[in-house]
Amino acid sequence: MSVLTFKGGVHPYSGKEYTKNKAIDEYFPENGLFVIPLSQHIGSPATPIVKVGDRVLVNQKIGEASGFISANVHSSVSGIVKAIDNRKVANGNKVPCIIIENDGLYEKTNSMDNENYLEFSKEEKLELIKEAGIVGMGGAGFPTHVKLSPPKPENIDYIIVNGAECEPYLTSDYRRMLENPEIIVEGLKIVLSLFDNAKGIIAVEDNKLDAIVRLRKCVSKENNIEVKTLFTKYPQGGERSLIYATTKRCLDSSKLPADIGCIVHNIDTIYAIYNAVVKNLPLTTRVVTITGDAVRYPGNYIVPVGADIKQFIDDTGEFKDKAEKIISGGPMMGMALHDLNIPVTKGTSAILMFKKDEVSACKPSNCINCGRCVNACPSRIIPSRLAKAADKNNEDEFLKLNGLECIECGSCSYICPAKRQLTQSIKTMKKNILSNKRK
Amino acid sequence: MSDLLNVSSNPHVRDKNSTSSIMLDVIIALLPTTIFGIYNFGYRAFIVIMLTIISCVLSEFLYQKCMKTDITIKDFSAVVTGLLLALNLPYDIPYWMAIIGGIFAIIIVKQLFGGIGQNFMNPALAARCFLLLSFGTNMTVFTYDSITGATPLKVIRDTGSFDLYKMFIGTTAGTIGETSAIAILIGGIYLLAKRVIDIRIPFAYLAVFSLFILFFGNEKFDIYYLALQLCGGGIMLGAFFMATDYVTSPITSRGRWIFGALLGILTGIFRVFGPNAEGVSFAIIFCNLLVPLIEKITIPKPFGYVSKKKEAKNE
Repeated sequence: MSVLTFKGGVHPYSGKEYTKNKAIDEYFPENGLFVIPLSQHIGSPATPIVKVGDRVLVNQKIGEASGFISANVHSSVSGIVKAIDNRKVANGNKVPCIIIENDGLYEKTNSMDNENYLEFSKEEKLELIKEAGIVGMGGAGFPTHVKLSPPKPENIDYIIVNGAECEPYLTSDYRRMLENPEIIVEGLKIVLSLFDNAKGIIAVEDNKLDAIVRLRKCVSKENNIEVKTLFTKYPQGGERSLIYATTKRCLDSSKLPADIGCIVHNIDTIYAIYNAVVKNLPLTTRVVTITGDAVRYPGNYIVPVGADIKQFIDDTGEFKDKAEKIISGGPMMGMALHDLNIPVTKGTSAILMFKKDEVSACKPSNCINCGRCVNACPSRIIPSRLAKAADKNNEDEFLKLNGLECIECGSCSYICPAKRQLTQSIKTMKKNILSNKRK
Repeated sequence: MSDLLNVSSNPHVRDKNSTSSIMLDVIIALLPTTIFGIYNFGYRAFIVIMLTIISCVLSEFLYQKCMKTDITIKDFSAVVTGLLLALNLPYDIPYWMAIIGGIFAIIIVKQLFGGIGQNFMNPALAARCFLLLSFGTNMTVFTYDSITGATPLKVIRDTGSFDLYKMFIGTTAGTIGETSAIAILIGGIYLLAKRVIDIRIPFAYLAVFSLFILFFGNEKFDIYYLALQLCGGGIMLGAFFMATDYVTSPITSRGRWIFGALLGILTGIFRVFGPNAEGVSFAIIFCNLLVPLIEKITIPKPFGYVSKKKEAKNE
């Protein structure tokens, strides 16, 4: 079968060999404080429903969704609630968090597997997904039950499972596909059962051929699920690139994927959906890749949400060398951390530790108009001009050049030979314009 | 070093390419042409090349020193300008004239407008045209094998024919770098293979120029005549090395097609109807001035864009 792709993009060094062959291990720390943010998703933060001094159990709901776009939060640990307070998270903001002292017992609430889940109605399944507090686990954190309730469910033609994992260094989705392909397929079948006319697509980049082989084996008996091979290129897993590559449908910022009949889910999200519907388990853990040249033991771990990143590094990967830069997420779109005492959240796909910071090592010089950013841009806009307009705070020019179409993938900054911070300028301008609009 | 971690906006990795690595690639691509020029015209060509490079680099260094700005000679762009200027000069040009050309290219055309990336004309070609207009005789009289004679292009214009093989290899009169089509092609292919330049500008330029010559040239629909026109004068050097200069060519892909096509038409007009046999330099610096306009009308449609009309139709 042909290899699918999109126009534009870049080929950064993959770095996946560090952790590609490391099976997913479990990491459950025995002591310490868990900081569980009530806002791990887009939308309004959850309302705490426990008090300081309460003893909570693993899987117990501690935050209730408040509003339509919001998600429940559950405890990933058993212990006493020490405080409910604002704490710093990966993006540098302080958000309300529930702080729990881990008693190391991991005592669970009673829950039963839903053996008859196949007979559940659509509404029951959606309710289970909503109850489990599932959000998009690729990083954006959009509440999954909202995504799964489009205005016209009968118009959804494709459910696309994003197994591209185009970010360099990340292997958490790859290991999931390799180790639990049957769960991914079963999870996708649950999602498909919510839509009458939808076909399933699992899209995987061609640098993960063994995962493709295993997934194909699992879907051999399914007539409405297809495993498609993608060309290895960044940002192949970007929502718009992925939809175009798999269905040839185009999407810009004026529409949502559901408007053109597509819904995209991350691999780990599908896994969480399976757990919610079949096992009756909320989302309290996720797979995190810990890697980079400053890590002694790179690997992939199941980590409870709320675990401290510093403790996680010390207990698993360890520092091999002093790291100059530590990133939460992938190197192209992840966030650089200035402080390690922050919690793992539902959207933390990796902890990357680099001995040398490539960005501070290069000095930006004048744009030479080479056009590499234009060729790399998956949104087909002109990053160099947009960055210039952004630096001058020229909103008219920025809008005329379609600046709001930027998906902030970072390809332009990556490829720029003059080492200009194009993405940063465009991102900042976009943020300003959008927040002014809201006023 | 402190224990603080570095923070910056995404992305956190960078491609290996840099301005200086690109400029180095251009220099490497110009080596066959340079070496052939020295072989063809002798040691004096070598001295001219050295003089223009040194005067370019030195004037950039001194200007930036005086203006107390960052010294950018390490990005090799001044070297490229100097080398390209020399390749566009006759080998027997007076030394002082070559030096003036280098200073003009860097100070007047490049630095006064803000240095690398800011000039609106190709510095090497602007300097060449400056010398051409100021010191016509030295720039237009070419000697080859100690015989003062016309360039192949002039001969073709007067007699209608020339030895194509000689023009392809480059053993003819002309500027230092323009005579050998094969040496320029080797360099051009290197740049294309390394993806330093893309095919749009050279292809559109040569294709439209060919059509123009076939229809309007002195010998209409004559392939041999067309081949002579393509190998003669500065068109090969211009198409692969001068018109593709990043700073002075459009950044949009449709813009590059238009830019190349305009160059083809203009070069054709200058060669066929103009008073001189040559017209590449003027065509390129003229089109350089049109770049902002071309870019303005070729802003690409973003991915997924649907025009309002079409959307209304669908609904």
